[in-house]
Amino acid sequence: MDWTALWLSLQLGFMTILLLIPAALFGARWLAYRRFTGKPLLEALLAVPLVLPPTVMGYYLLVVLGAQSPVGHWIMHWTGQPLVFHFSGLLIASLIVNIPFAVQPMQRAFEAIPQDIRDAAACCGMSSWRALLNVELPLAWPGVLTAMVLSFAHTLGEFGVVLMVGGSLPGETRTIAISIYDRVQALDFDSAGQMSLILLVFSAAVLALANGLSGRFGRSHG
Amino acid sequence: MLKKIEIQLNIFTLLLCLLSSSVSISALAATTNIAAASDLKFALEELALSFEKQSGQTLALTFGSSGTFATQIRHGAPFQLFLSADEDYVLKLHADGYTLDQGILYAVGRIALLAPASSPLILDSELKGLAALMQQGKLQRFAIANPKHAPYGQRAQEALQHAGLWQDIQPKLIFGENVSQAAQFAVSGSAEGGIVALSLTKSPQMAKLGHYAVIPAEWHTPLKQRMVLLKGVDATAQAFYAYLQQPTARAVLRRYGFTLPGESE
Repeated sequence: MDWTALWLSLQLGFMTILLLIPAALFGARWLAYRRFTGKPLLEALLAVPLVLPPTVMGYYLLVVLGAQSPVGHWIMHWTGQPLVFHFSGLLIASLIVNIPFAVQPMQRAFEAIPQDIRDAAACCGMSSWRALLNVELPLAWPGVLTAMVLSFAHTLGEFGVVLMVGGSLPGETRTIAISIYDRVQALDFDSAGQMSLILLVFSAAVLALANGLSGRFGRSHG
Repeated sequence: MLKKIEIQLNIFTLLLCLLSSSVSISALAATTNIAAASDLKFALEELALSFEKQSGQTLALTFGSSGTFATQIRHGAPFQLFLSADEDYVLKLHADGYTLDQGILYAVGRIALLAPASSPLILDSELKGLAALMQQGKLQRFAIANPKHAPYGQRAQEALQHAGLWQDIQPKLIFGENVSQAAQFAVSGSAEGGIVALSLTKSPQMAKLGHYAVIPAEWHTPLKQRMVLLKGVDATAQAFYAYLQQPTARAVLRRYGFTLPGESE
């Protein structure tokens, strides 16, 4: 049982939603309320990570952010270490890969808010902020929660990208998914089985919790 | 209702702060990262354990195929010591300026035919049993490491070519990303066997799962295994590098089927 790897995966998951959800929330809200030429194209671009094989993502990250790239050199110059093969590189990969999981549920949730409610809030003299906090967020909350849960769960399961830009360094980039892969190669099926079961139970629990929470909000709103 | 969200968000934010602070702490602790070819999986773990007990320092081992590590090192992977299964990778890295020096030959590896206990494959050093199984049409899957980036995969290919079996076995081959994955495939029961590193077959874990026959060294180019310290190396890596050249370490390598440089088989 590789606790370091599990902890690393949880950290990656939490850091991803910490950084991604706020930005994605405002992006999703903006997309939900606006109409403009090129909107379908933008939405398609944001959805690309959904269909892209993780190894393609890993390849481009290696090429664009690796130590041999201009960006990589710049980062090495300013921070003394490359992005790839470090937790920060995994985090950036995770943020990009999870964009559709974060944006889409929230966008749908904001789109579902009836225009008259938003108009009513404006008529009451609510500022955009107050409207967001007091009216829109409570209504869109199930979508926000879904976005958080999906992004977190997806991050826990990330394998292809982590394998390509991570290097399986213990305590740095060896997430639990990689660790399971490693243990199987080492013929340590006990350990691999343990970790797989823990992940399975954890994922099911998180999803059940999220469903329960968002369901409760839906009901209390009537 | 809003209160519920607020409470949840507060707990959530607290968790996040705790987590992010621990991430920055762990990032500061420097680890000695060692890249080792997969054939060393069991041997090096044993050696690292005794080194850690003796010196009180910790090592972080990562196993994989030598070719993959060479590429990762070129892309800035923070390894400090690289134990390759093929000295070509080390010499090329040295020529391109990634290493401290040319490194040192630490062992000569061998390949072995491996089959799980349940397999119909008869093991012999000349691969005659394998040829027979193929003629009977009973060979469905045969595992080797990927010859494109794993030295043990390349040598497996050479041995099969030497035995005149390469052409016919092609459609049956399954490729491990590195030689220990190939070994795992070979004993999984989903393949009739494979050609893998001798050092892996000699481990206690593998002894429970399958049997092996050593393939003659003349059937393939030698597996000259070279290790090298990389730029940015720390004292722990250097200590381990020295430790691996001592008689006690050499004895362990010998036990795993390696031939030591300067010694005959």
